[in-house]
Amino acid sequence: MTLQEALFNYLLRLGDNALIQGHRLSEWCSKAPVLEEDLALTNMALDQIGAAQAFLKYAGAIENKGRSEDDLAYKRAERQFFNNLMTELPIGDFSFTIAKQLLLSSFEFFLFRGLSQSKDQTIANIAAKTLKEVHYHLAHSRDWCFRLGKGTEVSHEKLQNSVNALWMYTDELFEMGEADEVLMEAGIVFSLKEIKPKWLELVSGILDDANIALPNVDYMQTGSRKGIHTEHLGHLLSEMQFLQRAYPDASW
Amino acid sequence: MANDTQLALWEVFIQSKSGGHHVHAGSVHASDYKMALQNARDVYTRRNEGSSIWVAPSSCFSASGPEEAEMFFDPAEDKLYRHPTFYTMPEGAKQI
Amino acid sequence: MDATAVQAVFQDKIEQDLKIEPKDPMPDRYRAHLIRQISQHAHSEVIGMQPEGNWITRAPSLRAKQILLAKIQDEGGHGLYLYSTAETLGISREEMIEQLQTGKAKYSNIFNYPALTWADIGAIGWLVDGAAIVNQVALQRTSYGPYARAMFRICKEESFHQRQGYEIMANMMKGTTEQREMAQDAMNRWWWPALMMFGPHDKDSAHSGDAFKWRIKRKTNDELRQKFIDKTVQQAEVIGLTIPDPDLKWNETKQGYDHGEINWEEFKRVINGNGPCNKQRMEHHIRYHEEGAWVREAAAAYHEKFPTD
Repeated sequence: MTLQEALFNYLLRLGDNALIQGHRLSEWCSKAPVLEEDLALTNMALDQIGAAQAFLKYAGAIENKGRSEDDLAYKRAERQFFNNLMTELPIGDFSFTIAKQLLLSSFEFFLFRGLSQSKDQTIANIAAKTLKEVHYHLAHSRDWCFRLGKGTEVSHEKLQNSVNALWMYTDELFEMGEADEVLMEAGIVFSLKEIKPKWLELVSGILDDANIALPNVDYMQTGSRKGIHTEHLGHLLSEMQFLQRAYPDASW
Repeated sequence: MANDTQLALWEVFIQSKSGGHHVHAGSVHASDYKMALQNARDVYTRRNEGSSIWVAPSSCFSASGPEEAEMFFDPAEDKLYRHPTFYTMPEGAKQI
Repeated sequence: MDATAVQAVFQDKIEQDLKIEPKDPMPDRYRAHLIRQISQHAHSEVIGMQPEGNWITRAPSLRAKQILLAKIQDEGGHGLYLYSTAETLGISREEMIEQLQTGKAKYSNIFNYPALTWADIGAIGWLVDGAAIVNQVALQRTSYGPYARAMFRICKEESFHQRQGYEIMANMMKGTTEQREMAQDAMNRWWWPALMMFGPHDKDSAHSGDAFKWRIKRKTNDELRQKFIDKTVQQAEVIGLTIPDPDLKWNETKQGYDHGEINWEEFKRVINGNGPCNKQRMEHHIRYHEEGAWVREAAAAYHEKFPTD
């Protein structure tokens, strides 16, 4: 794998994570428990779509085949997406989205903090900007975990079930592939293995404070590094890409 | 639905630039101060309007009403000596 | 203060064109009128999130998705400002939501029409928001202070809404044959409902009398509708869209367009609950309100247990 291929692949991963996560968050629009929360979830969706735009644009530039961020978002098929499986899971109820946001934004917090020191200046810049946004997402989901975890019996049970259901997708966040090795050598990225214990400490601390038990699972899901996804991604893409696919000659 | 709660009402004050006043922007609903601050941020600073936010429960506010207006404010009307323009300065005096 | 004294103080302020503030004396009917109008306005913003929300997941570019999300988010924010405004008059958000869901309070008829194609997103922004802004600009001078302030903020934020819709239509009219047909089709479906947004003709308008006397309303339905038509016809011409009204023609004497008859039967039918989406909109609102109940309860319970957190 050349450096260029590795960088392209890694940028797709970053871009796809943001794109799919933003897409799922945007599905909350007009469905949140209170109007204020509707605006909050939309704000987070907008942050993610903005990050997706930046990473995919840079991916297109690195690939150097004239593909724009929109070409990459709207004209790739299921097997060419590299987002972590957790991001594509359907939004579920509010506790599921909050649990997902906690697990992902705590991961992103360490990821972008690390990437903001990248030797690749473009990545470092996008990461630094994204880090501020992620910081807010983390505070938001953490505070909601406390409210749900310690609010009522019903909310506690729902949050615990959501964390349990999501836990098997957490290992994949830290999975490293050939692209990571190549880029690490060039000083562009760092080892995700380094941040795993820090992530676990942060997340288990928050969950503990929220009276939520750390789940025990026998098996961790994997696949997205090779473009192998859950069945949910195909449906998400067929909806997201509908206009671009139905009217290939049109520009909007 | 009779027992529905939309959470408590909070008043929001936004300072747009550091050094300026916090100005009343509106209100939000929230169950606690952290949520009130975050909601105020998401509702009232989407266009870069903020550098600092204050929130307080609406129930903590007392407001004067029209019935107090006369006794509160009219007595200040004739105290012109509180304003610099009240005073006659000798011609030719500078920087005063 | 007895009712006669209240009336006198209030009318005096109105005639001096002073704003009425929450603690000022006001006749009960003024308060009731405002609550009805402002809550209806708030509900319209909130229900209005649904037809456009129908296209968020299918927006055709990242830019389009961001714009649409930001716009719908604004609608939610504006609903929120308006609920807060009504709350200054002594009604709670809980009560207003209950009135909406039991059918006691109305919302704008326009949102009972479906957003079928992407061009509808253009038409909604350009025509529906375009009509709404004409109305809202006039309301910035309304007599109730908190309402006027909310309208001022809303008008400032909404200034991009109409432009984004018009941009979508303009781009589609420069595109493929299919896109042009889609744009014209959306124009055909949204034009008349947009004209109905201004309400019945002045001669048939039930609430107008009081609203003018109290300076809540300062321009008539027909005046505002005329204003909207006159500016929109030119915008349609620029991008090559046809206004679906064979009777539309320039009237030199009044320096404005004459338009064909509005289908008031349809207007009444939709208001009375038989528009294409009335049931769907209300079911959506009730469903997500109910699904969120346990979250609101949890937040309130958490605060009870940990009041200083």
